[in-house]
Amino acid sequence: MAYDKFTVLKSTAVPMPIENVDTDQIIPARFLKATERKGFGDNLFRDWRYNNDNTPKKDFVLNNPLYTGKILVGGKNFGSGSSREHAAWAIYDYGFRCVVSSFFADIFKNNSINVGILPVQVSEIFLDKIFTAIEANPKNEIEINLPEQTITILSTGESESFDINGYKKNNLMNGYDDIDYLQAMKADIRSFAATSLY
Amino acid sequence: MSSKPATLFDKVWDSHVVRKIEDGPDVFFIDRHFIHEVTSPVAFLGLEQRGLTVMFPGKTFATADHNTPTINQHLPVQDPLSANQLKALETNSGKYGISHWGLGNPKNGIVHVVGPENGITQPGMTVVCGDSHTSTHGAFGAIAFGIGTSEVEMVLSSQCIMQPKPKKMRISVNGRLGKAVTPKDVVLYIISKLTAAGATGYFVEYAGDVFEQMSMEGRMTVCNMSIEMGARGGIIAPDETTFAYIKGKDKAPKGEAWDTALAYWKTLKTDDDASFDREYHFDASDIEPMITFGTNPGMGMGISNRIPVSEEAGSGKSSYEKSLDYMGFREEESMLGKKVDYVFIGSCTNGRIEDFRAFASIIKGRKKADHVTAWIVPGSHVVEQQIKEEGILDLLLDAGFQLRQPGCSACLAMNDDKIPAGKYAVSTSNRNFEGRQGPGARTMLASPLVAAAAAVTGVVTDPRELIAEEKV
Repeated sequence: MAYDKFTVLKSTAVPMPIENVDTDQIIPARFLKATERKGFGDNLFRDWRYNNDNTPKKDFVLNNPLYTGKILVGGKNFGSGSSREHAAWAIYDYGFRCVVSSFFADIFKNNSINVGILPVQVSEIFLDKIFTAIEANPKNEIEINLPEQTITILSTGESESFDINGYKKNNLMNGYDDIDYLQAMKADIRSFAATSLY
Repeated sequence: MSSKPATLFDKVWDSHVVRKIEDGPDVFFIDRHFIHEVTSPVAFLGLEQRGLTVMFPGKTFATADHNTPTINQHLPVQDPLSANQLKALETNSGKYGISHWGLGNPKNGIVHVVGPENGITQPGMTVVCGDSHTSTHGAFGAIAFGIGTSEVEMVLSSQCIMQPKPKKMRISVNGRLGKAVTPKDVVLYIISKLTAAGATGYFVEYAGDVFEQMSMEGRMTVCNMSIEMGARGGIIAPDETTFAYIKGKDKAPKGEAWDTALAYWKTLKTDDDASFDREYHFDASDIEPMITFGTNPGMGMGISNRIPVSEEAGSGKSSYEKSLDYMGFREEESMLGKKVDYVFIGSCTNGRIEDFRAFASIIKGRKKADHVTAWIVPGSHVVEQQIKEEGILDLLLDAGFQLRQPGCSACLAMNDDKIPAGKYAVSTSNRNFEGRQGPGARTMLASPLVAAAAAVTGVVTDPRELIAEEKV
């Protein structure tokens, strides 16, 4: 599925200073029954966001009108657990384009990039600075510059660089994806397969 | 093959790289691809939208497991969304010529149980599935890991995915395991030491006496939970135990092909001088029967210990407190004697015959505690049949238990097998996340022995107290 190209994103951010946010929290298994990629954002963080009677939980950050934006800032080890890409779909569908954390689970990180979400890994010190800046004023913006590979807290000017491999960066900036790349090298794959023991 | 000392992981990985992309991932060839009803429909939809087809349908195997009922499987599935998803798997498999073991098929069961059971998983292979517990198959000396749905679409359409090569970790456990200490306890112990993120970015090789002496079922339990410390997967060098397990299985090589394969499989071990990015060593005698007290699998402890205080746990204080609060536990409490409402034995972690034998060894001659609801769910029809043939079913029935039909069941509570809010479950599955087994459910992960001890006493109980000395 095509996604919007990613270059520079300037936005307010939603803070979620919780460690080990697993993909069962991002989207519980009972909402994985669809056969199409539609409407997953409605159930993003379902059990943290809603009571059993479907009324919003007032103390949850997504229900607080002060916090909005296209950037989700999470605690250490974000996206652990299940490989369900539905977690990344839910985050994208809700309207986030970037997740910032000091540490990401591997599969979630891969899935995010594949659906057009940029995972930005920062130091724990910088992560704390972001939380502090948002706490000081929820209107404080964060700038993510993918070509330069930098993240900046615009209110203080503090900045840090982040890693991403050149291939994936190019994909995100141009809206390319792996499936097209692999289709273009099928002849090589076919000759490789011919030598396989299995 | 280069003469430079290599790890088992290097040998298998490097022999599957179709192309190396500079400053990018490897184009990585996949030998076996498992699919199930939950993470595959959108991938098939993607194929259609792009006008692509399945490149090697013979390398993909479909089974329904996540979203299936564990009673009355002969009747139409009641939930229309679940029925629709199961139908999609059947239709898509049929359309592209993929083997499909749907509900009611005698080969049906949990993907990570039926793959090995049928000899589909073999040493030296690369195995993927849209499921993080694909790491299970590493028990055979295969590189096996979970992927997302975009990657499922890649494998279907090109038999490859794009992966950066992970770093390498080796975890060695040597010595003699104590009484009632099972493979599940070994892996819960390792995760408690490394934390739920301690192996992120790594692929783990398990080495040492403890794994060499372990059955294939036990090795699968260990590799299965590699993902719970963040590792992409775990791998154990294949040996005579592995070869004996595979030989004669339906999809295993036969005749001359077996000899060729075996000769290759015997080369699949880490060279003496090969190096790892990280190494851990543990002593088997330090491991007790384990139980988790929090909301990630790293929050585990020996069953006779007290719940650690947050400073010892190496986790942020507020996250740690949130976790204990959810569980209704306090720092420094003992877990022994805590009331248990539900017991679940099954899942891709502990749903194999050896697990039910262990469970039965404690149930024998005892009765289920009245207030406990127990869900006993075999990993496959083959396991279900073994339970019946070995007399375990009679034993379970005598003790007041019932046997359900195969599937993922309460491990992820996608079907009706949900633990009610606030209730406590001792579960042999792999995740104790908030709400994993149903909204508000409180999960304590443990071995089949600990689960059995809880089922008969109705409280968290040290299984060593229920095992006669001569059984050690």
